[in-house]
Amino acid sequence: MTVGIVVFPGSNCDRDMAWALEGCLGLATRFLWHGDSDLGGVDAVVLPGGFSYGDYLRCGALARFAPLLNEVAQFAKKGGPVLGICNGFQILTEMGLLPGALTRNRELHFRCEPCELRVQPGNCHFLKGYGPEQLLQLPIAHGEGCYQCDPDTFSALEQGGQIVLRYAKNPNGSLGDVAGLSNAKGNVLGLMPHPERACDPLLGGIDGRQLLQNLGS
Amino acid sequence: MGLINTMHSNGADGSPGCEDLNNCLGRLPRFIARVQVQLRPSVLDPAGEATRAAASRLGVTGLQKLRIGKAVEMELEAGSASDAREQLSLLCDRLLANPVTENWSLELEELTP
Repeated sequence: MTVGIVVFPGSNCDRDMAWALEGCLGLATRFLWHGDSDLGGVDAVVLPGGFSYGDYLRCGALARFAPLLNEVAQFAKKGGPVLGICNGFQILTEMGLLPGALTRNRELHFRCEPCELRVQPGNCHFLKGYGPEQLLQLPIAHGEGCYQCDPDTFSALEQGGQIVLRYAKNPNGSLGDVAGLSNAKGNVLGLMPHPERACDPLLGGIDGRQLLQNLGS
Repeated sequence: MGLINTMHSNGADGSPGCEDLNNCLGRLPRFIARVQVQLRPSVLDPAGEATRAAASRLGVTGLQKLRIGKAVEMELEAGSASDAREQLSLLCDRLLANPVTENWSLELEELTP
């Protein structure tokens, strides 16, 4: 069981993710270079946080065309678990694996703080073990996390139970307090908060552990 | 560069003169394209609002609206203006703009050789 962590030029949470998975949860990891065209047989894929390609043009817009992401898209279509965190969530929307877009925070500030989230796990693979309406505390660190989509898409997401994480107190203007979205099948999750920064009590909390542990199940 | 036009004689041997210099030289026409990417009217533009607030502090008053977009200038070769438009539309739809939040417009101009 190995988790692949995709590394783009400008990723900066890739090492944190490997530390959390290996050091805190005992899961094997492998870094996957964005320019490669082979996932190397990994069992789950993480698109980590950071500033892929310097966030040029739009966050995630250039990363979407990385050769490895064709493989990630195929992997996701076949039901493989794919987790996108922060910039990884932005990339998932640009790829079309999740609908909508993440835009500049409403107040323009880069928000870096602990955030309370409400879970509605639905059929999301990564949220197994969390109860409905459970409250989690995970840190956020982003300038462009304001989720937007058209009203029809939003209704479909709500009806399909795909809005699996909502901010208890909206920090960025996200439509419907969206903090994390799942695809309909439940094998793709994008979220702005950073579970890899909440896996060791020394960092202030361990609410991210179960979510990341599910990469290995 | 793939050539779609073959070389034509230039009239010195008695054949008709070349009306299209690009064709005569075996080159594809060159175009200059200017794409404007703008946030959709329904999308909040906090950077535009902040800039409007700064404008009033500068003493420029009366600005009712300020929306920030992107301008992209390109030069390209294409077999025709409609080929160029087709390529650029793909580029705008798939890369330069995010259709969820942005609209785009295109100006295309053929460069004279």
